[in-house]
Amino acid sequence: MSRTPLDTVEHAAGTPDVELPWAELGLKKDEYERVVEILGRRPTGAELAMYSVMWSEHCSYKSSKVHLRQFGEKAPQSDALLVGIGENAGVVDVGQGYAVTFKVESHNHPSYVEPYQGAATGVGGIVRDIIAMGARPVAVVDPLRFGAADHPDTKRVLPGVVAGIGGYGNCLGLPNIGGEVVFDACYQGNPLVNAGAIGVMRHEDIHLAKASGTGNKVILYGARTGGDGIGGASILASETFDDAKPSKRPAVQVGDPFQEKLLIECTLEAFAEKLVVGIQDLGAAGLSCATSELASNGSGGMRVTLDDVPLRDSTLSPEEILMSESQERMCAVVEPEKVDRFLEICDKWDVIATVIGEVTDGDRLEIFWHGGKIVDVDPRTVAHDGPVYERPYARPSWQDALQADDANKLPRPATGEELKDQVLRLVSSPNQASKSWITSQYDHFVQGNTVLAQPEDSGMIRIDEETGLGVAIATDGNGRYTKLDPYTGAQLALAEAYRNVATTGAKPLAVSDCLNFGSPEDPAVMWQFAEAIRGLADGCLQLGTPVTGGNVSLYNQTGEAAIHPTPVVAVLGVIDDVARRTPVAFQEEGQLLYLLGDTREEFGGSAWSQVVHDHLGGLPPKVDLERERLLAEILISASRDGMVDSAHDLSDGGLVQAVVESALLGGKGARLVVPDGLDAFTFLFSESAGRAVVAVPRSEELRFNDMCGARGLPVTRIGVVDGDAVEVQGEFTLPLAELRTAHEGTIPALLA
Amino acid sequence: MTARIGVVTFPGSLDDRDTQRAIRLAGAEPVALWHKDKDLKQVDAVVLPGGFSYGDYLRAGAISRFSPVMETVIEQAKSGMPVLGICNGFQVLTEAHLLPGAMLGNNHLHFICRDQKLRVENAETAWTADYESGQEIHVPLKNMDGRYVADERTLDMLEAEGRVAFRYVDFNPNGSLRDIAGITNEAGNVVGLMPHPEHAVEPLIGSGRTDGLPFFTSILKKLVNA
Repeated sequence: MSRTPLDTVEHAAGTPDVELPWAELGLKKDEYERVVEILGRRPTGAELAMYSVMWSEHCSYKSSKVHLRQFGEKAPQSDALLVGIGENAGVVDVGQGYAVTFKVESHNHPSYVEPYQGAATGVGGIVRDIIAMGARPVAVVDPLRFGAADHPDTKRVLPGVVAGIGGYGNCLGLPNIGGEVVFDACYQGNPLVNAGAIGVMRHEDIHLAKASGTGNKVILYGARTGGDGIGGASILASETFDDAKPSKRPAVQVGDPFQEKLLIECTLEAFAEKLVVGIQDLGAAGLSCATSELASNGSGGMRVTLDDVPLRDSTLSPEEILMSESQERMCAVVEPEKVDRFLEICDKWDVIATVIGEVTDGDRLEIFWHGGKIVDVDPRTVAHDGPVYERPYARPSWQDALQADDANKLPRPATGEELKDQVLRLVSSPNQASKSWITSQYDHFVQGNTVLAQPEDSGMIRIDEETGLGVAIATDGNGRYTKLDPYTGAQLALAEAYRNVATTGAKPLAVSDCLNFGSPEDPAVMWQFAEAIRGLADGCLQLGTPVTGGNVSLYNQTGEAAIHPTPVVAVLGVIDDVARRTPVAFQEEGQLLYLLGDTREEFGGSAWSQVVHDHLGGLPPKVDLERERLLAEILISASRDGMVDSAHDLSDGGLVQAVVESALLGGKGARLVVPDGLDAFTFLFSESAGRAVVAVPRSEELRFNDMCGARGLPVTRIGVVDGDAVEVQGEFTLPLAELRTAHEGTIPALLA
Repeated sequence: MTARIGVVTFPGSLDDRDTQRAIRLAGAEPVALWHKDKDLKQVDAVVLPGGFSYGDYLRAGAISRFSPVMETVIEQAKSGMPVLGICNGFQVLTEAHLLPGAMLGNNHLHFICRDQKLRVENAETAWTADYESGQEIHVPLKNMDGRYVADERTLDMLEAEGRVAFRYVDFNPNGSLRDIAGITNEAGNVVGLMPHPEHAVEPLIGSGRTDGLPFFTSILKKLVNA
């Protein structure tokens, strides 16, 4: 792109007719015209580079913005929210002076093109978001979705993604405590690689991305800038895959976790010495994003000398430097008298740090190269005033037919033998099988604070050794439910994550989301998106858990076929003393098993309908958020007062899946009796929401029943922890050894 | 009186804080040591913790052995100072030739994180005296390059001299020769192992067992009684 002479602002003003490659950079014609209108002249090449990446779907949320507003408009009153939507990540008060920041992001497109690096840099990016808030990262989670488990390409994508997440996260010293792995043919050409991270800080340590104070220095530190990831946000993450276009591999970044580890340590040390006025990580859109966001969020302008950026490749043009998404870089704003100390800390950690500019008293972002001014813009127009689209949306014509194809009418098992056979098929199906082959490639012990990790209902981390204060996080999403009914599906994802947090004994506080959808240019997809957001915002309002931030990933589609709409919801909770946490595993024989909540004939989108009938149709389970809230209160009270020794939420796969998991993890079986009023099939396979199974010590039976009775939560005694088999009285008996082989053998057989 | 036990922080060390915690829980005083500093701050023993010291892009531990701090550690270890290398620390000890053999990539080519069953084969080293010989323990294991190898003669010698300190039991997680999980030098002051005893010191955390705590009580007693 470099031209001679240098395309300065002056040159651009004098050569209005020069054709710029705006289309190649992903801008639409009217967007380019808008840039010209803002500047009152044609942009320079460098300015065009900045606008093109910052106005991409990925960075500007131009298609989703009008819908995302609901998260603010419908936000519940919450004392817990310290920093809301719009910053690098939201921040929540968890008590005792601690604040927790958490966020989930997508790295879907890069992970399909180059699974290892795509997934690795996804972890790197989310972790830098957490550091940029002033927090020490304490854990990561990874909700993943792949194509059919037995498809040959899944064997290319999944092992690479898992190795990338492990290779990067393990090297950073962050325990991986949760997430999901889901297989569905709809993700064949568009795997979803979402990465979440949690960080902890003291209230007074919260940092924000803004450049204030005239004369303050702008320091770029971390890795040198190279030619990798150029246009990652614009031409990769914001377009549909298409066989006809050239490979997008060069748009994927390459990660160096060791460099990131150094970046974490030196940033935290600089925070501890209060050397930082404002900070921003370099992720999507690299320096374009960091400079324009810092400048537009602060009080003044900014002047940057691009020649001072340390380069990996000296032949890079200024446009490329501005667009590069080289990993492991951050940008800090530091008062002049503190610059030396800041540089000293970077030197201690062998991190390259360079002053590249300063905050000015104007309101312009000016960037210089070889003595010429190549950028002169109002930074708000780059960072915040991007295009906003009211994309047309319409309920798809096939939605009615899909919902009419009722899963409740599918043939059901008639005998105990058929039930037993279908239970085995369920627990050994790729989605319901044990994922330990995957999760054992992640370090979940490092930092020495992991209380619970997968396959527990939520991951839990102790954050204070003295008091036992801890936080829990669960991520959930169900594309099948959401396809059947996007509004309800999004609420079910929220309800499940909320329930998962409460099941471990933690109180749900706040929500982050990662909204994975197809092309916003398809009205049917836009309808799914609008409905899902409406459902999620309404649900968060009702549950009193504000959305603190999140991420939108659109264009997850290959050709005409979009993925199932897949909002992934992360719920963060707090627990006063981690010693009171409730695990999934059965602890002691003789304990009584209770089913909490109501079981209805609800099989639409269920795991059973997928495994046994390869069917998707009907309506998803009903949502009752007031019931979810009551169930959560009961689970939290029971955990705090020692009334339950184990608990497991019921979701995909229903009761039998939950009981099998608790039994296998605890190495103790269960004898179940089908309760009055239910048939064995519905009892075992229904996916009604708002339910959990708990194991109650006999000494607590009375107290527990009284509590549920007094608060109006339906509770049904369904059996006892006992023996070395899962037995459903009068129907079948499955020895634990047989269940274990079925449950644990599937994934290694497919992927190892 | 208590003992001062140093924990080296290389730039890519990950389990240094955890190791300090384990030392504290055992009743000793942890002392942070920095890789660029030759000064061991008069500690009585040193732990090289897990992690990826300098990124380990070349070979795990290959660069760390040349770091300033290791110069002093190597020198003092040779004159009897107790040194424990955990995971990456074990790799560093073999690279520094304080322990024989080497660590290769796991035979299944994946990172592996699991609660691992071990047998204590030698309960007479500076770091294992609070165990009983033959005792079986569970300690978390997590690594990419954990396959212990050495030539046959060295392996025979290690076994003959009782220098195999730990063996994997029931399941060999990485293809280590003769199921070796950890070894000691001839004098018994330098011990290296792949599993992480510092992750098994509190009943609620990690694996939920405290099988790793005796490493740290062993050394404390030895130093205090010395």
